Amino acid sequence: MFIFRLVQLRRVYFLVSGVLILIGIIAMLVATLQIGAPFPLSIDFVGGSIYDLKFATAGADEASIRAVFEANGASNVGIQQVGDPDEFRWSVRGPFLDVETSRNVQEQLGELAPLDTDALRIETISATVGAEASRAALIAVVVAAVVVTIFMVIAFRSVPNALRYGICAILAMIHDVLIVAGFAAIMGLLFRWEVDALFLTAVLTVVGFSVQDTIVVFDRIRENIPRHLGEPYETIVNRSVIETMHRSLATQLNAFFIMIAILLFGGDSIKQFIAVLFVGLLTGTYSSIFIAVPLLVAWEKGELPFVNRRGRTSQERASRASEA
Amino acid sequence: MRRQYVFLVLIVLLAAFSLWVSLPDNSGFSLDANGDGTEDVGLQIRQSLGLDLVGGLRVLLEAELPSGSFTSDELSQAAQNVSRRVNALGVTEATVQVQGDRRILVELPGVTDPRAAVDTIQQTALLEFVNFSGVPQSQSFEGRRILTTEQLTIQQQREEAALDDVSDAPASPQGEVNPTTGLPFETVMDGSGLQAATALFENNQWLISFELTPDGAEIFGPFTAANVGQPMAIVLDGLVLSAPVIRAELTDGGVIEGSFDEASARQLALQLRSGALPIPLRVESTETVGATLGQQSVNLSIRAGIIGVCIILLFMVIYYRVPGIAAALALIVFVLLNLALFKLIPITLTLPAITGFLISIGTAVDGNILIFERVKEELRSGADIDSAVESGFNRAWKSIRDSNLSTIIICGVLFLFGQTPGASVVSGFAVTLALGLVVNLFTAVFVTGTFLRILIHLFREPIRQRQYLLGA
Repeated sequence: MFIFRLVQLRRVYFLVSGVLILIGIIAMLVATLQIGAPFPLSIDFVGGSIYDLKFATAGADEASIRAVFEANGASNVGIQQVGDPDEFRWSVRGPFLDVETSRNVQEQLGELAPLDTDALRIETISATVGAEASRAALIAVVVAAVVVTIFMVIAFRSVPNALRYGICAILAMIHDVLIVAGFAAIMGLLFRWEVDALFLTAVLTVVGFSVQDTIVVFDRIRENIPRHLGEPYETIVNRSVIETMHRSLATQLNAFFIMIAILLFGGDSIKQFIAVLFVGLLTGTYSSIFIAVPLLVAWEKGELPFVNRRGRTSQERASRASEA
Repeated sequence: MRRQYVFLVLIVLLAAFSLWVSLPDNSGFSLDANGDGTEDVGLQIRQSLGLDLVGGLRVLLEAELPSGSFTSDELSQAAQNVSRRVNALGVTEATVQVQGDRRILVELPGVTDPRAAVDTIQQTALLEFVNFSGVPQSQSFEGRRILTTEQLTIQQQREEAALDDVSDAPASPQGEVNPTTGLPFETVMDGSGLQAATALFENNQWLISFELTPDGAEIFGPFTAANVGQPMAIVLDGLVLSAPVIRAELTDGGVIEGSFDEASARQLALQLRSGALPIPLRVESTETVGATLGQQSVNLSIRAGIIGVCIILLFMVIYYRVPGIAAALALIVFVLLNLALFKLIPITLTLPAITGFLISIGTAVDGNILIFERVKEELRSGADIDSAVESGFNRAWKSIRDSNLSTIIICGVLFLFGQTPGASVVSGFAVTLALGLVVNLFTAVFVTGTFLRILIHLFREPIRQRQYLLGA
């Protein structure tokens, strides 16, 4: 079988990923300077209210909508027109309003132009509930990280240098999370996308898929080491990547088909979630082949900083094990 | 080979049953074998849809008292009070649940005026002791809604408060009037006159002991003295809880006897306490969704799902040929099984839940792909069709299990995260995605395996001669 020189080009992949992650981190820093957080946080986490309005006729504009909210004590609201201008749809984000005030706002908005109450969505969340969701989100991230690490240890328990495989898979996972976070920060800067509970869901789902992808490739490397004794480590790794490439691509293609269908034909409210998931799966597939595997090779060859060169020991150990 | 055909029949039956269950206008069946008007065997199936899809109001209420000043029993009594008032509103399919140790979540599908609903929900419970003197068959009033003088007074106060805004006028209370006088029943005392109420077991019967405040005793003493031998009703939010007979003058407290068992005695004591010390509720978050908005999301998601599935079916057939046909058929079984399970478990579908299901469809073929790639490798290394297929299934199983497991674990974490009131949308996604992955373990291996083995059995020679039919 023809073997590409895939892992030999590892420095290129590291560079590409490094640049992408750097752009994301810069975006996060810029956002932090502007709004005090790496991404615009949705009311799920900070509390506040969202009004998705649809007027039946023309008559409301940004200034008049703002005036209504300010008259009810809600200054500093974000107002955005959504969809076609002739649909008269607006999205307003503001502070938490109690039921009474919210009702007054709604009535006064209805005086600007008749509101289509069947196409209305109003959400208000108090700061307490938001803070609790933030805390739960942090716990979820920590629990997910611990659980995934334990899962890795169990999955690779019978492999020589199990720790090495586990660490490379986790580094690839962190790579994916950084790329997705950078993507969210950029979209937040450009299009005011907000990070909400569903964003976190997308990130954790990406973590699950990323790990699963890496495991399939690593599994094949582990299988191929005793089968192709005498071949250089890099060749074995290349062979394993090529062998699993079909599966990786076919699987991701099918997931992408569904996601593209939702992006193109699905409802608006779920599109940001799908877009994040889409980017995450893309980087998840990329990282398992172009980050996790090259990292493994780089470690094997003693190229990584802070890691002693213990070259080829795993291969030797494996060959001894298979002879025994 | 016989076994495979038996499996095929079972799979077809399962798929047909799932298809029948998942039909949109299927409401289940009921069988009344002995013809007595009650069903003997029945299966109620109906897909429950979340508020974001049908429209309505969701309100999260929090107790406005410090933690520890009320028990979980009292909170669930407060939830029952809310539920009783919501039912009086005429909202069908309302759900009221206690969340955590100080919150109550109320979901009202179809309600469009959040203010009126929240006003009704937030009202504190009204406990009354009502004069039933001379009322015939007073026991039969238990569980019925009556109109009292106190209710009318409160109504009047509200109307005065809402004078400046006509649209705010609260709905007038409804209920039966006193049959002997034709007037509303006379309220003797409200819950504020009550200090404590506990269920007791004495002399082989359950009873409720209560204490009065000094103010309460001043009203209650003379009234009971003048009405010994007459019934008196205990009324909560207009609903008659109990109508015991006054045995003697009560000055600082007394007992209520009746045919109570332990549960009903505790229940009434709790209701009395909740009326005496109602838990005030503060609105923590609300969500109002217009009815058409949800319907639109459903339609768009269904369209996206159908388009996505069609592309996947096409891809699998074109890329993997004969095994692809088996996988495509298995994917249809997968979709039907999931749709049926949503109804049978039942799972409330929200927009994130539908998305989780669609994503699980996208990853469902992963198992098949792992198997088919193995089969191709075996064929390339010179194996016979049958042994290539068998070892493909055997060797891919571990990868399929492990890869699904890692996502199922993440779904577990997400589900726990979704238990936070602010992140409740997440649990729907986690549940449907995890369910899809579990069903997939069955369809990708067992169903696809059966279909593929039968296809190869039927067309062995054409396939053997043209290995490209196996995608190799």
